[in-house]
Amino acid sequence: MTRDAKRLSLILLFAPFALWILLLIVLPHIGMVALSLREKVAPRIYEFGFGNYIDFLNEPIYWNTLLRTASMSLLVTALALLIGFPIAYYIAKIAGRRARGALFLMCLIPLWVSDLIRAFGWILLLRQTGVISSLLVWSGMTDEGIEFLYNDAAVIVGLVYTVILFMIVPLVSTLDGMGDDMIEAGYNLGGGHLTVLRRIIIPYAMPGIVAGCIVTFMLTAGSYLTPILLGGKNSSWFTEQIYNQFITRFNWESGAAFGFLLLAFTSITVWLGLRLSGQSLANTVART
Amino acid sequence: MAHAQTNRALMAGYKAYVAAFFIFLAAPLIAAGSFAFNDSLFPALPWQGFTLDWFFNDTEPKLGMFHDRRLLSGLYYSFVIAAMVAALSVAVGTTNAFLFVRREFPFKTFFYIVMIVPLVIPGVILGISILVLASNVANAVYDRFGVEISLLRPGIFLVVLGQFSFITTITSLVITARLKKFDLSLEEAAFNLGASRARVLWTITLPYLRPAMIASAIVAFLVSFENFNTTLFLVGSESPLTITMYDRMAKVGSTPVLNAVSFVLMVGSGLLALVSVAVQRPDPSGQ
Repeated sequence: MTRDAKRLSLILLFAPFALWILLLIVLPHIGMVALSLREKVAPRIYEFGFGNYIDFLNEPIYWNTLLRTASMSLLVTALALLIGFPIAYYIAKIAGRRARGALFLMCLIPLWVSDLIRAFGWILLLRQTGVISSLLVWSGMTDEGIEFLYNDAAVIVGLVYTVILFMIVPLVSTLDGMGDDMIEAGYNLGGGHLTVLRRIIIPYAMPGIVAGCIVTFMLTAGSYLTPILLGGKNSSWFTEQIYNQFITRFNWESGAAFGFLLLAFTSITVWLGLRLSGQSLANTVART
Repeated sequence: MAHAQTNRALMAGYKAYVAAFFIFLAAPLIAAGSFAFNDSLFPALPWQGFTLDWFFNDTEPKLGMFHDRRLLSGLYYSFVIAAMVAALSVAVGTTNAFLFVRREFPFKTFFYIVMIVPLVIPGVILGISILVLASNVANAVYDRFGVEISLLRPGIFLVVLGQFSFITTITSLVITARLKKFDLSLEEAAFNLGASRARVLWTITLPYLRPAMIASAIVAFLVSFENFNTTLFLVGSESPLTITMYDRMAKVGSTPVLNAVSFVLMVGSGLLALVSVAVQRPDPSGQ
């Protein structure tokens, strides 16, 4: 190929990428930020200003919801890591060759089912007339049905369920690349289970752990269906506030400000997490 | 001896934990699916006997899903949207793969990270930001020229764009991973035999990428079909299935017809998942 042809083909290959990122990611976000910096002074008259952000700070319900969303998301991420790590380790290191593939596929099954159906399933299990409550009554452990739904625990269970696969998959793929000899060497040098885990396995799996945590955290903080369906009216999830501003109150300016706040807040958390763990986005999430 | 015994006990406990985890994974799905066959007006115990009414019955109050016009139209719109998203995102994913595997250009690593970003932006934010931009453009055009661009108002087109905006990251990653493993000497051999560039692409490289393209198309289709967060803000009067189901669940209260839909969707996506695993399996002929 001549140099000109090479350059032309590079431009042609770059064009779809550039259009996608520019028109659907960059410009919409700029538009969102611009909208959030607009204040309504009279009908159809707007002024530049930080009013929407000041409203956010002046209304405790709003920032409490954001803090609650963030702290519950961190909790869900931690739980997903604690519950998921042993499963990933089992799949990658302990299960036999054939069982490994099957277990991995089984882990992925809920991924193929929509959020809505998963939440629906939990509703059927947890509500007062649901399966667990009915079984408890039937076995005589309680006289009346128990409502397990519409509380924080139900939201956390549902969220952990929804996101745990995104924790397990990167963990399995990093642990898969780890040689068994490294673990054996650790034991031969006299390390116990805990020492080997702490000094060898966890440091090796760090990129996978960080990747899993980032994706899990972002998905949780941005989730909408699970907290609303399992938490009921008082779930106080920040995405619900965004929805209310946009659709119910038709206050797009404030909704855009909330959207930007959620994005900024989650990005800062992810950045801090990368900083603290000494990883970068390129060697964790972008690693395939 | 005692040591071996504690090890064995530990291992048994570990296996029990893994088993419990898989029960946890399966329980809600089994609950969602199995009540589709319960001959009752509510998706709850006690079990009233087996029925297929929630699929095929054509009268109220037990209107089966295949006679429920709103559910069927939701299914239809979901199909249309998912097919468009899959086609578009595989096309752009393929050009992205060639761009990042075969070409060198300034700031390549930076752009590669930019390509990943849409996947970690919360879906709700993708939805509102695209809604805001599209409405701004449509309003500006209307104020200036008096022309209404209905494509930029909430509707199927915007839903497709919204889902495409992050699903393309998935297809790009899958196809890039496959293209990286391609042995360049295959292309060189074809060139030496006198094949043109287009012919090499068409007969050697694209067939090699086909499994990844099919698999990523299936993933894109399913992710689109299931998507709720982004779609919620961009949807017009033509609601896809997830939105219709959600409205029903939140407003009307659920009847087992929702279980029937869940069952059909789970079986459908399970079959598609099997297809995607089958096409990605290494070819026994050693290709």
